This record gives sequence, structure tokens and C-alpha cells, in this order.
Amino acid sequence: MEESRPLELTLYVAGQTPKSVAAIRNLEKICAEHLDREYEIKVVDLKENPKLAREHNIVAIPTLVRQLPVPIQKIIGDLSDIEKVLVHLQISAAA
Amino acid sequence: MAKGISKAATGIEGFDEITLGGLPAGRPTLVCGSAGCGKTLFATTFLVNGARNGEPGLFVTFEERPPDIVENVASLGFDVDQLVAEGKVQFEHIAIDPSELAEVGDYDLEGLFLRLELAVEEIGAKRIVLDTIESLFSAFSNSAILRAEIRRLFDWLKDKGLTAVITGERGDGALTRQGLEEYVSDCVILLDHRVHNQVSTRRLRIVKYRGTAHGTNEYPFLIGEDGFSVLPVSSLGLEHKVYEERISSGIRDLDRMLSGGGFHRGSSILLSGVAGSGKSSVAMCFADEACRRGEKALYFSFEESSDQIARNMRSIGLDVARWLDQGLLRCISSRPTFYSLEMHLAIILREIARFKPQLVVLDPISAFMESGDLGEVQAMLLRVVDYLKSNGITGIFSHLAHDQTLTKTDAGLSSLMDAWLLLLNREANGEFNRELYLLKARGTSHSNQVREFVMTSDGIRLEEPNLGENGALTGAARRFEEARSRRAESTRQAEMAAAQRRIDERRRKAEAEIEALRAEVAAEEEELARLLAAEEEHRTQAANDLAEMAAVRRV
Repeated sequence: MEESRPLELTLYVAGQTPKSVAAIRNLEKICAEHLDREYEIKVVDLKENPKLAREHNIVAIPTLVRQLPVPIQKIIGDLSDIEKVLVHLQISAAA
Repeated sequence: MAKGISKAATGIEGFDEITLGGLPAGRPTLVCGSAGCGKTLFATTFLVNGARNGEPGLFVTFEERPPDIVENVASLGFDVDQLVAEGKVQFEHIAIDPSELAEVGDYDLEGLFLRLELAVEEIGAKRIVLDTIESLFSAFSNSAILRAEIRRLFDWLKDKGLTAVITGERGDGALTRQGLEEYVSDCVILLDHRVHNQVSTRRLRIVKYRGTAHGTNEYPFLIGEDGFSVLPVSSLGLEHKVYEERISSGIRDLDRMLSGGGFHRGSSILLSGVAGSGKSSVAMCFADEACRRGEKALYFSFEESSDQIARNMRSIGLDVARWLDQGLLRCISSRPTFYSLEMHLAIILREIARFKPQLVVLDPISAFMESGDLGEVQAMLLRVVDYLKSNGITGIFSHLAHDQTLTKTDAGLSSLMDAWLLLLNREANGEFNRELYLLKARGTSHSNQVREFVMTSDGIRLEEPNLGENGALTGAARRFEEARSRRAESTRQAEMAAAQRRIDERRRKAEAEIEALRAEVAAEEEELARLLAAEEEHRTQAANDLAEMAAVRRV
């Protein structure tokens, strides 16, 4: 795996709903505790800019999108199951 | 329009008629059916019609890509691209690839709502199509969340006052696979696509339509060159124009059988008979006569090609090729099994509407009996008859009967028809003879005779009836009877002449005798006169002698 490039994660939320808040909190926790590589987290509030939902084809909220490395991976939900999130982000076997 | 509920016209031919105005405005409607039954087309027609009439529409597709949808309906004359460019129609393609999606924890579909809201606001949409929302169920695995979200979506649609069409795939035993019907309480339409005897038929049924009257029947519909159209067979009334004018059948002898000389314009005339009884020929006589009057005739043949008809009609002295060339006659030939019944009906009605004939021939209608159910055939013919009547077009329908002793048709057509000509082909004394009988002619007194019907190279002729000693005679029996009576007549005339001669002879003889007697009498009278004269002379002489003697004595 290409380690040099940072992990790009975007979390799409819609306003400060409990689910969104939980997702943000869980993501920060996962990254802080389980990632030993560079990462970038971007939180996008679609309520403020709904056009981005169309552009990035977002249906469910919250959605976490891993833009890099390719292929794009999407995880929907409040990210409450940390193991599952790590599996889907394919970073469980953190080197 | 019904009170209480306002309706949004779909622009689907016939559908607005049976729903008395269209779909419930500002409310969601579920359109369900199996794959390929026309759900997307129904939805697109609804949307395009709205867009053309000042109600912008949003097409939300979860499956097909927008360019595919545009392309699919372009052949039906919908220029969706143009409407999109004018901002009257917008597509929102919501594609979800389950393979790149993982679910971890709780979520909702707020993103979908945001996108819909944005798109609705962008064009000020009044109408929305969701095609098909059930695809979401394959994209997301948590059906509890989905159901809650779909319920919220329906509420949202109502809050927004959008007239919505939601399509759903037909499931086993349920209207839709995911039970979408439970969310929609206002209007549910079921589209069906059945194949019977290898001919497919499309049907539409309004399962539910709250707050309004609607037809509950299954209506055939079709997807033709002009788009989606529903055929409300039973919604037609009996309000058509009535004509006093008479038109000739092209067979003079037949016209004479009707008091007034011919059939009423705009009536429907049934020609029924067994194979080879001359149905097509009689039908073509009607068409030929119409063309002679300078009117247009449309001939639908379900058995013969137009060239074959033209050739066959030459044998009875009808030159129909010239009418074909002049554009007064059109022949449309198609096998009954070529299309479904509804398709035939639509084609018939469309061709009539385009050609605008004054006379239409359907030859034969019995051809449909094999391809369709009797009730459907009758419904279809009812529709044709009504259409013709409401347009003042005379209709000629031929029907192949298998049993001529029964004066009924398979499709119970009699009640639809104004006149009924029965063509018989009866065996008598070792030969078959064609006969024609006017079984019924509404509004005209007519002959009760069964007339022998002869097809010659100069056209069709009805022989004068020959009432023999044992009833009407036909064919050779009639000719024999005629010859026999001719012979009897000449014998009788010979006898008369002989008797005349005999009497003349006798008169002459008697007159001669009278003459002879008269001559005898004359001779005798002459003799008598001579004797009388002699007697007189004698007396005079005697008197003279006496006087002389007296004179002598005195002296």
C-alpha cells in the first residue's frame, strides 16, 4: 500500500443531528487511536451546500467517503462499530 | 371535474377520461406492475405533459440513466432534451452502488431529501416522478431505516404539494415487492402485461383512488407510436348523430329490398355467412359504391392482401384498383395474430382518424375470435362501432359463421348492428346456391324474401324470387321451374291458338250456312212474289174479261 500519500476522508453530514455528531466524534476517535499514518478529515455540512450532495452522489447521512487511496470507499452510518469501520477503510492492519 | 379533489391531467389518452381528470393533484400515486409493462413511460408521459402545461417536473431515477430515458421516449415524440433546456424538466439520477457502500451504525436518507428539495426548488417543480424507489431496497440493507425514511419521503411529498408518481415492481401476491402500497393511500394504479395465445395484452386497472369516482374495470392500454394510451371501452355512451340520408349498397337489387332505397348513412351493417358465401364481395360493393359517390372508403382486411382483393374483385366486375390509385380507397391488411387485439383496435382507430373515410369495412371480424377472448372482441368491436357512429361513418363488418342455421354471431354482435345481412350457401338438389336474406334493418321496412344471390362478371345480382309449388326455389331448381313453366306456357298458348282456329272455322262454316239459307229464302221469296204478280195479273185479266163480257151482253 502506498504509504506516502495521506488518507483523505470526507464526512458528509446534514446539520447538527445526533447521528452526525456521533459520527464526527467516532471518526475522530478512530483516527486518533488507530491510524498511525497521515490523514486528512474534511467535514461537509450538506445543509449548507446541498449541491455537493448531488455532485458527490450522497444519499444517506452521515456518509464517510475515502477519496484516497482509490478506489473510493463509502461508509454510511454513525460509525459506532470501530472494527467495522477499520475493515471497510482497509486500514485495520495498520503498519 | 369532481368536487373536493383537484386533479392533474396526465395527458395520457383515455386515462384522464376514466379518472375524470387525471391523478390526484398534490398527492402521491403509485404505479405498479411487472418489468416492461410501461411504468416508466406512464411516468414520463405524466411529467412531460405537465411540463408542457406549465407544471415543471422532476424525474428522479434510481435505475436508468437520464440519457437512456430521454432516448426511449424520443421515439414517441417527446423532446425531453428541449424541455430540460427550457428548465421545465429536470433529471436527478440517484445511483447507488452497493458494492462501494458499507453500513456501520445508524443513518438516514437526509442526503436524498436535500437533493430532492434542491432540485424541486431549482425548477419550481409541481410534479415529480420516482422511478423506481424500490431500488433503494437493494442498495441499503437496513430495511427498518428504509421503511421509516420512505414513509417520511411520502409525507414530505405531500407537504410540498407535489403531484408524484412513484413506480414499483410487482411482487409475489403483493402489488409491489416491498409493499410500497401501504405508504400510498390516495391512488394506486396497476399495469399488467399478459400473454395469451402468444399475443400480449396490456391492461391498466385503478386499484384505489380515494375521494373520487373512477372506473374499476381493467382497461386495455397500449404503447404505440403515439405513446401511452388507455382505451376506455366501457366509458362510451350512445350519443351519436343520426342520419336520415340513405346510401346505396352498390347492389341495386339489394337497395330495392329496403323501402327507401338503401341503408342509412352512419349505420353499422353486419354481413354474416359461411365460407364462400360472398361476404367480401358484398362488402367491397359497398366500398366501391362509396368511391363512385366520391367518398373515401377504408378496407381492413384480416385475410387477404390488397392486391389479392383487387384481383378477386375484378372477377365480379369491380375495378377497385382505380379507387386505390385515386386515393379514395385504402386497403390495410394485417393478420389478426400479428398484434394484440388492443393494438389492432388502436391501429384501426388511428387509421380511421388519419384517412377520414365515410365508409369502413372490417373483413372479417370473426378472425379475431381465434386470437382473443370473446368478451374482449366484443368490447373492441363496440369501441369501433361507437367510434364510427360518433363520426357518422358507415361500418361494414363481415363475419364468418360456422353454422348458418343459427342466427346469432359468436361475439353477440347483433345488438351492436343496425342492419344484418345473412348470406347463405344452401345445398339443394345436389348443388350449393348463394342466398341473401335481410335479417334486420333498423328503421326501415324491408323485404322478407330470401333472394338468390348471383355473382357475375358484371357484378352482383339478386334473382327475382321464384315461388314454386313447394316454396321458393333457387339455382338449377329455380331455372328448371322457370323452364318448366315456360314450356307449359307455350303448350297452353298453342292450345289456345288451336281452339281459336277451331272456333273461327266453325264461325266461318256457320256463316256460310246462314248465307246459303238466306239465299234459299230469297229465292223462295222471289218465287212467291212472282206467283203473287201472276195471280194479280190473272185477277186483273179475269176482271177485264168479265167486264168485257158484260159489255158484250148489254149490247
